[in-house]
Amino acid sequence: MNTASPGLRIEDLHKSFGHHEVLKGIDLELAPHEVVCLIGASGSGKSTLLRCVNLLEPIDAGRIEFLGEEISAPGVDGNRVRRTIGIVFQSFNLFPHMTVLRNVTLAPRNVLKVPAEQAEREAEELLRRFGLLEKKDEYPDRLSGGQQQRAAIVRALAMKPNLMLLDEVTSALDPELVAEVLQVIRELAESGMTMLIATHEMSFARDIANRVCFLDDGVLLEEGPPEEIFSAPKNPRTQQFLERIIQAGRL
Amino acid sequence: MLVVSNSPGWPEVKRQFFNREFFGDSLHTVPSAFLLNVKIFIVAEVFILALALVIAVMRGLPGPVFFPLRALAVVYADLFRGVPTILVIYLLGFGVPALQLSGVPKGELFWGTTALVLVYSAYVSEVYRAGIESVHPSQNAAARSLGLSHAKTLRFVILPQAVRRVIPPLLNDFIGLQKDTALVALLGPVEAFRQAQIDVASDFNYTPYVVTALLFILLTIPLARFTDWLVVRDRRRQLALGGAR
Repeated sequence: MNTASPGLRIEDLHKSFGHHEVLKGIDLELAPHEVVCLIGASGSGKSTLLRCVNLLEPIDAGRIEFLGEEISAPGVDGNRVRRTIGIVFQSFNLFPHMTVLRNVTLAPRNVLKVPAEQAEREAEELLRRFGLLEKKDEYPDRLSGGQQQRAAIVRALAMKPNLMLLDEVTSALDPELVAEVLQVIRELAESGMTMLIATHEMSFARDIANRVCFLDDGVLLEEGPPEEIFSAPKNPRTQQFLERIIQAGRL
Repeated sequence: MLVVSNSPGWPEVKRQFFNREFFGDSLHTVPSAFLLNVKIFIVAEVFILALALVIAVMRGLPGPVFFPLRALAVVYADLFRGVPTILVIYLLGFGVPALQLSGVPKGELFWGTTALVLVYSAYVSEVYRAGIESVHPSQNAAARSLGLSHAKTLRFVILPQAVRRVIPPLLNDFIGLQKDTALVALLGPVEAFRQAQIDVASDFNYTPYVVTALLFILLTIPLARFTDWLVVRDRRRQLALGGAR
């Protein structure tokens, strides 16, 4: 990877909640169009890392650079940064009092000031691409979990982000609904979207990632191409984690 | 019902409280005075809904910069919830005009209504705040992650959900306010309760009080049914096929 890359660069990131240090000095780089999967047990700090990158959580130490700008510096307008970084959450977090179309057009209209008509046209285009056009006038609670998560992905994409953060987006779904969401992410990866993905779906990670990072107790223990991490992990903690995953039949 | 109407004192009670003749008479005087209650109620309610919202939002402002505003909101709610309504009405209604400040209105009606607005805004701001805090933090995270500012997140995402949830307790305070409009009579304006007092004093029959009570109830019931309908309509729209109904 080239050091002058204008992607995402995280240096020595520390984050604590109270006395509990969740991230203990994370270094990570993402080149444009790269797809990186974060794996690791629950509580290893994957979600916190994603929330820090999106400036939803203030960091304690270290720096985050995005597109050549230090976004973790004091005085940086978080609202401006978040426009260009999309995040999708485990629990969808759609706005229940708005239709799907309104969920998708809210930010383009009110943050980017896109005219209503254009915002709706673009939103419909995206909804069509992800098979949700006929659901545009429904309220989120009337959709299946898979449809809700796809709608949440569309909502993030409507801001035309340069980076997408996916936080265990299939963990809250029934098994039969996981595939449709993974298919959407696969399509995004193929279209060249830069993505940082926290996931428990190991076979999906192996399939889609350019690189896999193993996070353990707030430390990035091992990273490398998926074939290497999954078939010949070097770190004993990684080996242990993957063994348990295999035993559970998740790989 | 039967036990009551067969008891030995019933004819006397009936004559004192449910006298047909006095009932008819007070229908000529009390309802027109009741219009004043309705006016006070409507004007006060509009200001309360706005002022209470400002206070609730002030209390939720983030960061150390806004500490003074947050503190102000807390002090306001503590103060006006703590002091008896009747005391605030006396303080403002008799106290302020007595200062004879130039440019300050002197009307009892103005100060009575203002007192109600101040007191009820404190209650309603707490209702709003409960609603705001009941919206899950993930909604805030989702809105902020799209680049919406704190203000826009409140306006488009948090408040619409919060207000929907607190419609029933808001109605509670509306009804309390409707009834407390009678307290403004203490400053002099002749509203329904005062008019009933006048009628009672001239005939020594309590039927006008019953008429007044009926009027208050008649105002409350349609409002209660209207808010019930609002809540149900909203739930229907958001949930599949009306949910568990």
